[in-house]
Amino acid sequence: MVLSWIWTLMVLLSILCALFQGTGGALAGAAMQGAQAGVTLAISMAGSICLWSGAGKLMERVGITAMLSRLLRPLLHRVFPSTKKDPILAGNLSANICANFLGLGNAATPMGIRAAKGMNKDGAATNELCRLIVLNTASIQLIPANVAAVRGSLGCAAPFDILPAVWITSLLSAGLGVAAAWLLGKVWPK
Amino acid sequence: MSGYIVPLLLFFTAAIALGKQENAYGIMLQGASEGLSLLGSILPSLVLLLTAVYMLRASGAMELMSLALSPVFSLFGIPPETAPLVLIRPISGSAALAVGAELMKEYGVDSSIGRTAAVMLGSTETTFYTISVYFGAAGVKSTRYTIPAALFADFVGFFMASLTVRFLF
Repeated sequence: MVLSWIWTLMVLLSILCALFQGTGGALAGAAMQGAQAGVTLAISMAGSICLWSGAGKLMERVGITAMLSRLLRPLLHRVFPSTKKDPILAGNLSANICANFLGLGNAATPMGIRAAKGMNKDGAATNELCRLIVLNTASIQLIPANVAAVRGSLGCAAPFDILPAVWITSLLSAGLGVAAAWLLGKVWPK
Repeated sequence: MSGYIVPLLLFFTAAIALGKQENAYGIMLQGASEGLSLLGSILPSLVLLLTAVYMLRASGAMELMSLALSPVFSLFGIPPETAPLVLIRPISGSAALAVGAELMKEYGVDSSIGRTAAVMLGSTETTFYTISVYFGAAGVKSTRYTIPAALFADFVGFFMASLTVRFLF
């Protein structure tokens, strides 16, 4: 529903802007070109997306996810203290974080939701639930496959040269986001 | 050095799978075909959203948006050209991908603006979508401070994307 509003607003904005700046002649052509560009972009990303879905599935199957969650355990206990007493919650949470890390968004969400359900208290978000969601909205990803696919499709010779920048950026944004949530949790009314 | 990350990751994953007597190739094949259906589900939204993005660009609205926001963006060292991407990123993932791809194409995939757009896309999430999915499924009515904290994390992402691209390239 949100997208219906956004899409209509985008089109309205471009019509108003075209009227204002006299660029109306190009508008209809641009609409057709845009539609075609959508197909072209999707097809040029196809190879990368298929490859990484395959690699991600294999990483999950051979137990890289389980290995990561063992490494993650100490950190998990700090950010989500109730995982110390609740091993099922701990399992769901670390599976959620690891699947996100490997770029398996579709696999991450159900596990995250299972963890979230265990944290809901009378319809209000607990501090731990707020932190879980902030962590999920900040995306820490090993291989940002979609972006690399777009870069590759535009003829970039080294589509993965942005990896160090992506890692630094997402670690900091997740870290500071969780820190902000922790601070807000101290002052925000229940 | 970073050129070896991906090839080595692919090799070790397959090698570990072989060591565990798993059918590495078959599992990857299965994942790849799942990727294809994922692609099928995002293609229609890319078509619709790029239609709107191209119209916005042809009408001059994108430039206007960057121009209006450029004082705020320059203050934090974020390229003002990325304004449309920053605005759409927390709301829609496919729209952000469409806008980001356009930025990379227009300014060059290896330009500083193109790289910043790529890092922004790779290190942030569709915040509002994620919040609504999680709180909806968990039956939470009061989100408390989640939205400000998540938007702060997004801001750090946009800011750091600009900063890391400036220093690493």
